[in-house]
Amino acid sequence: MSDHGRITHVAGTGVPVRGNDIDTDRIIPARYLREITFETLGPHAFEDDRKQLNGKHPFDDARFTGASVLVVNRNFGSGSSREHAPQALMRGGIKAIVGESFAEIFFGNCTTIGIPCLTLPATQIESLQSLIEEAPETALEIEVRSGTITAGQAAYQAELPASVREAFVSGEWDALSSLLESDDAIGAVHDRLPYITGWPAR
Amino acid sequence: MGQTLLDKVWDAHSVRELPNGQTQLFIGLHLVHEVTSPQAFQMLAERGLAVRYPDRTFATVDHIIPTDGSTRPYVDGMAEQMFVAIEQNVEQTGIPFFDRSTGRQGIVHVIGPELGLTQPGMTIACGDSHTSTHGAFGAIAFGIGTSQVRDVLATQTISVAKPQCRRITVNGKLADGVFAKDVILAIIGRLGVQGGVGYAYEYAGDVFDAMSMDERMTVCNMSIEGGARVGYVNPDETAYAYLEGREYAPRGDEFDSARQWWSDVASDADAAFDDEVHIEGESIAPMVTWGVNPGQVVGVDDLIPSPDDVEGLDRRSIQDALDHMKLAPGAPIAGTPIDVAFVGSCTNSRISDLREAARVAEGGRVPAHVKALVVPGSQQVKTEAEAEGLDDIFRAAGFEWRDAGCSMCLAMNPDKLVNDQVCASSSNRNFKGRQGSPLGRTLLMSPAMVAAAAVAGEVTDVRAMAAG
Repeated sequence: MSDHGRITHVAGTGVPVRGNDIDTDRIIPARYLREITFETLGPHAFEDDRKQLNGKHPFDDARFTGASVLVVNRNFGSGSSREHAPQALMRGGIKAIVGESFAEIFFGNCTTIGIPCLTLPATQIESLQSLIEEAPETALEIEVRSGTITAGQAAYQAELPASVREAFVSGEWDALSSLLESDDAIGAVHDRLPYITGWPAR
Repeated sequence: MGQTLLDKVWDAHSVRELPNGQTQLFIGLHLVHEVTSPQAFQMLAERGLAVRYPDRTFATVDHIIPTDGSTRPYVDGMAEQMFVAIEQNVEQTGIPFFDRSTGRQGIVHVIGPELGLTQPGMTIACGDSHTSTHGAFGAIAFGIGTSQVRDVLATQTISVAKPQCRRITVNGKLADGVFAKDVILAIIGRLGVQGGVGYAYEYAGDVFDAMSMDERMTVCNMSIEGGARVGYVNPDETAYAYLEGREYAPRGDEFDSARQWWSDVASDADAAFDDEVHIEGESIAPMVTWGVNPGQVVGVDDLIPSPDDVEGLDRRSIQDALDHMKLAPGAPIAGTPIDVAFVGSCTNSRISDLREAARVAEGGRVPAHVKALVVPGSQQVKTEAEAEGLDDIFRAAGFEWRDAGCSMCLAMNPDKLVNDQVCASSSNRNFKGRQGSPLGRTLLMSPAMVAAAAVAGEVTDVRAMAAG
């Protein structure tokens, strides 16, 4: 059963954000977590970094306006579990992220809201970032099933864990529908845990 | 071949293998707070779903709550709105709620253990990355995003891949003035902030065996700073003694029965691990971060590294960190002047943390230009500390004594750094902007080291103060 539909291709232009260990506090500062919805987060992605760079952050660079594919370096999304980070990126138009590596909770949050995060070796990330910086209009296309990324004439073979790839192509990346299907089995586990149902007499 | 605690807890809570190959894992204890839950309740309502097991979720308020004595309605309209939201959500769903009126409010990772909710062998989830804290009891505890908070509310399960298991053994003894915080910072410094991705960390060896539960919580809390979503210590007599008599812990015959189950869940002596790391306890000094992630850390008597020591993007990372921190490569970290000192956070706001900080602060005097605050992790910790007179010691030394909450760890409340202030902090993250000012500079260290820095007005070796 599909929640929101299959995600097999992502196409659009790219935006490179360079740097290792860009944490979720930098992606969305905590002051924007004082909200009961995710809807208004989009414009605030990387807000403090952007202020520091005074208009020179890629998210403020007109050449990258409308980009769908974010290209990052190592350990992107480290730190806080705030889903607000991928939500801010998604609401700012990002549909896929390509990086050298990702922090675990961020990666899972992205999957759950429908943003594939693919990995490439450092040298190829560097090449893709440079390519986009030199020719921001380059059309990128990501084939989720195969992991193939084409960028104009260039092609890259990216990786995505099998279970995550399967989730996107089957349309079950939002796990809730699958989880709801096994209600009896959930009850059975609940009923066998002594810390819930009571400790047996010795 | 034996099993690890991770294997046993995973098997006991596994509902089924999902079509995507991940495990549908039952969550025995779910904790929620005001910041990452409102959207989850909203999503549940939109899909017409009920909370599956309201008695397996417990709520409190910690992230946004002011610690300066402010009362409702809060001046910050957005904060007030979030409090109204969580009150309505727990009211409508029947989830137990520890707000200030209960006397049991506090940081979610402080009150879970304190109330005896956190127990060995459980699976625990919370919309907060520091949920790994609860692993101190031999639980498998995950930080989750808001959509997964929704999943737990609706099904009491999440879709998750089983991690690999790395055993980190620290044998020997810690020197005086070296604490649990220094141990975990040393581990992260060695393995890196990404080293634990895909792993659960099992902490083993003499040093963890000798630690109190408070200290084990400090270590497990920062597993996520090393990239590991889960970290745990096998349950033992120290854990059982901590639990006995706590509000939600089993009692009498039930306690004896529970204790047997808890000890069975520990890793077998012949368990196999995917990776092993060994560190000597004697090699660990009081640690201080110099950069913008917790892996950028040195011993207090070491020098700040230079970008020239490494190549490529790592060089850029060091340079970028030094630029933000306005620190010079090759300079000693000791002697770095501070503007603010913060004792608190889910890492280090428990009673033993406050005792260590008070021991150092006692008789000293925070210089006028330094703002120093102590923020207990829970109302119960606050009461206990006041009964021991710790508040008087802190006040006499020039520290502010606050109400329980996350406070300046993440500055979602009025407690924030200003401009490029330098903060000696017992919290867990030195990220750019973390403490509320985009230019703010955070130096992570143990509570005793924070107290020492507060009194000296600069980073100083607490071992020297103890000896002096």
